[in-house]
Amino acid sequence: MLAKRIIPCLDIDRGRVVKGVKFEEVRDAGDPVEVARRYDQQGADELVFLDITASSEDRPTLFATVEAVAREIYIPLTVGGGVRTCADVRALLSRGADKVSINTAAVDNPDFVTEAADRYGVQCIVVAIDAKRVNKKKEAPRWEVFTHGGRKATGIDAVEWAAKMVEKGAGELLLTSMDRDGTKAGYDVEFLRAVSDAVPVPIVASGGVGSLEHLYEGLDQGGADAVLAASIFHQGTYTVGQAKQFLAGHGVRVRL
Amino acid sequence: MSAIGVIDYGMGNLHSLGKSLERVAEGRRVEISYDPDKLLKCDHLVLPGVGGVRACMNELRRLELNELVMEVARKKPLLGICLGMQVMLEHSDENGGVAALGLFPGNVVRFPDPQPAEPSPAADGPSPAHHGDRLKVPHMGWNRVRQTRPHPVWQGVPDDSWFYFVHSYHALPQNPAHTLGTTDYIHPFASAIARDNIVAFQFHPEKSQGVGMTLLSNFVNWTP
Repeated sequence: MLAKRIIPCLDIDRGRVVKGVKFEEVRDAGDPVEVARRYDQQGADELVFLDITASSEDRPTLFATVEAVAREIYIPLTVGGGVRTCADVRALLSRGADKVSINTAAVDNPDFVTEAADRYGVQCIVVAIDAKRVNKKKEAPRWEVFTHGGRKATGIDAVEWAAKMVEKGAGELLLTSMDRDGTKAGYDVEFLRAVSDAVPVPIVASGGVGSLEHLYEGLDQGGADAVLAASIFHQGTYTVGQAKQFLAGHGVRVRL
Repeated sequence: MSAIGVIDYGMGNLHSLGKSLERVAEGRRVEISYDPDKLLKCDHLVLPGVGGVRACMNELRRLELNELVMEVARKKPLLGICLGMQVMLEHSDENGGVAALGLFPGNVVRFPDPQPAEPSPAADGPSPAHHGDRLKVPHMGWNRVRQTRPHPVWQGVPDDSWFYFVHSYHALPQNPAHTLGTTDYIHPFASAIARDNIVAFQFHPEKSQGVGMTLLSNFVNWTP
């Protein structure tokens, strides 16, 4: 049976791995190739790179990073950040990315997802959704899609958006809770569960991991197919191997 | 030195496959090409594949690579990966139904739509009690391959090793003797098939870390 995936996330800024809190306060966390190699050796199931600068003049730096990492590791690599056109998708795939993650461009033009999926296959099109809880107290939970690295509200309901993105051709969804990102307070498992129940494709949980229990909650209560984490791995709090041992001990099927 | 050919029909991302083959090729050249003449000079050939089956078959025909594959299939070691495996069957249900190369009798069908998770076999450890969890399509991630019969490509690959999969359709080979390995997802399916000088995997050895490299190394050294 299929294993749940543990995915270290590398936020990349001008060729360096960085980590911010709630999309701000960026700190340096190392060289991408070294960090990627370390996670590969620890048994990471995939890696995700998010280019957080995402300015067009820095693209060659990102491409060089992707190429250097893809040469070193033999597990799937997803790259996102500033992916706006099929030419961007192609450029990343040709440099060794296995999947690309589309975020703001999908909101601007949902048909771009279809175009990219038709051309390169649904298996390599991930739609990233940054969501914030917007319901008032005592109201039913509701989440809204944000874009531009979390700065811009869209007014779009995140669960409906997730279903629409799958219709448009997303082969996987990367769900980030902006309320939780960098807080170490755990995933927003209600959000994960709401999307997981609404879509037929795999979902990746992101934003808020501070402990191994949080990974378990994302998979168990959240129903995620994969869990993404950054700071607990970057800061050396836990290795990927320790995370997998913990999950296996809780009855989760992982690749050991 | 003999070369390893990767059949490039313009749809796949051949970067990771190319670099994986280079890593196991021990100095042999890896020729990624759509030129039948160049490919025919290679000793081992790989038919990769991502995307949809209709576009794949159209491109193979347009570039006259379908004939190349048929010719290679008669005499040289040939490896199909993912969609490259699926087009080796006779017919695929994908894209409304498409006739394929027919190197193996049988069809390619879609996994049934998401349904509740099955209880795992006791030998494989307890299953998490995820209420309402469904098995999603595509089948994406790491899963085990049970080796159903010996084959030179399995050398040094432990039975039930984990490999990386991404697919929504799977092969149903008609002849059970062609199945080389099976994987459980929704139901057991043939994740590796072989006959004579042909072997094909539904999973991606080039994305499957050490065991994937072993498998590719075994293929490029295979003399059927």
